[in-house]
Amino acid sequence: MNPLAAVGRTFLAFLSSTGRMALFAGLGIFHCIAPPWYTRLVLRQILDIGYFSLPVVGLTAVFTGMVLALQSYTGFSRFEAEGAIASIVVLSVTRELGPVLAGLMVAGRVGAAIAAEIGTMRVTEQIDALTTLSTNPFKYLVAPRLIAATVTLPILVLVADIIGVMGGYVVSIHKLGFNPTSYLANTFDILEVMDVVSGLVKAAVFGFLIALMGCYHGYHSKRGAQGVGQATTYAVVSGSILILTFNYIVTEMFFSR
Amino acid sequence: MSTGTPKIHVRGLKKSFGNKVVLDGIDFDVAAGESLVIIGGSGSGKSVTIKCILGLIQPDAGTIEIDGTNAAGLSGRERDTLMSKFGMLFQGGALFDSMTVWENVAFRLIQERSHSRRQAREAAIETLGMVGLGGDVADLLPSEVSGGMMKRVALARAIAARPEIIFFDEPTTGLDPITADVINDLIVSVREKLGLTTVSITHDMASVRKIADRVAMIHHGQFIWTGSVDAIDNSGSDYVDQFIHGRAEGPIQMDIRKP
Repeated sequence: MNPLAAVGRTFLAFLSSTGRMALFAGLGIFHCIAPPWYTRLVLRQILDIGYFSLPVVGLTAVFTGMVLALQSYTGFSRFEAEGAIASIVVLSVTRELGPVLAGLMVAGRVGAAIAAEIGTMRVTEQIDALTTLSTNPFKYLVAPRLIAATVTLPILVLVADIIGVMGGYVVSIHKLGFNPTSYLANTFDILEVMDVVSGLVKAAVFGFLIALMGCYHGYHSKRGAQGVGQATTYAVVSGSILILTFNYIVTEMFFSR
Repeated sequence: MSTGTPKIHVRGLKKSFGNKVVLDGIDFDVAAGESLVIIGGSGSGKSVTIKCILGLIQPDAGTIEIDGTNAAGLSGRERDTLMSKFGMLFQGGALFDSMTVWENVAFRLIQERSHSRRQAREAAIETLGMVGLGGDVADLLPSEVSGGMMKRVALARAIAARPEIIFFDEPTTGLDPITADVINDLIVSVREKLGLTTVSITHDMASVRKIADRVAMIHHGQFIWTGSVDAIDNSGSDYVDQFIHGRAEGPIQMDIRKP
């Protein structure tokens, strides 16, 4: 077997699936913009994606903030730079850790659920049934999830930011003995609007990508339980990889000089 | 039976999946009010034929006309208008498992926004009555009803918006003989009551004899015999004889390796 041919085939398959995903995304965006909209379905998805993800995102954020404060202290105390801990916590959480960790947690919870639900609908012919009932599956299944995830993730990340910073505050005050007033003053002095905005933009992009991967892999799920299981795995893995990739791209857009 | 423009007119329908030719130039017409049943072995292309007509699968070649209108290439409102003529009963029911029975039945009425939810519920309960189900099942989920009831709910969903053509994909598969006969009777009664044109695919010969006006047998992607249901026992085709008597020996050979 020619190894170059194998590399070429893999590369062509990658290009082909990237093209299919791009077309799927384009069609999804078109149906998000063009009426009619299924408001009831969007609201239900906002509840599923946003409200029910709050506990897992909140827990992730609080422990991340707490660990960040502890680790920064152990490192920075060697250089007598403990005063920078508040800045480290708030900037890390709002710019990076809040959106990325919330995105990864939601990709695991919501991306998998979307892929499993749509995949099951595919293998049980419910998607074909939608078409025969004069309902466009893209408009009914894909668009509400894309809209809901894109709108909801920034709100989730905003909550995660607040909880994460509070986690760092609690550890800094109660365990490390910082002065609460000066800790909060340091936090708000260093924080700029752009730090929060960049995190929220990232969150919106991540939300869109998570829903897109869930819908895409579910929609193209192969027959049987194994097909749906595979779609779920692909949704989480590709969603997570895209989150990390686009995290760099958006960071580059906001903070490169 | 009408002698004018056929309700469904199919010519030269072809479809392949990779190297496997599933439909190899299918031609047939279905007149308004007629019931055509397509029979054939597993994997012979029965489901693909009706999915091509419904637009769920894109054919490689051929023309499909509904009431004289070419179905290929329609989009937007024209496509919706065409689809509103169709109803489909899927093999497994394909009921939406996150919705109650009445929401499934009234799905099209709600989506088309022609009815309020209250009116749609009333219409759903009336349609459930046509398939022998009471209003007490309206608020159940599909997972809470039996296989036979699920088929009846799926039939109610297919007829709820009063389509002109209904496709039945193996309507009695997986049902006990008595429940299967109940479903066959229901198909005949709703067809007569609503004046429907129907295209069914099935392996069940009892079902064929009960619901068909005309029977077509598909083999290797082509119709090899078409005739009246009364002529099926004297078709003169060894293929049809083998199929209707369920014999392993004959011209139709399954791809099974002998031990």
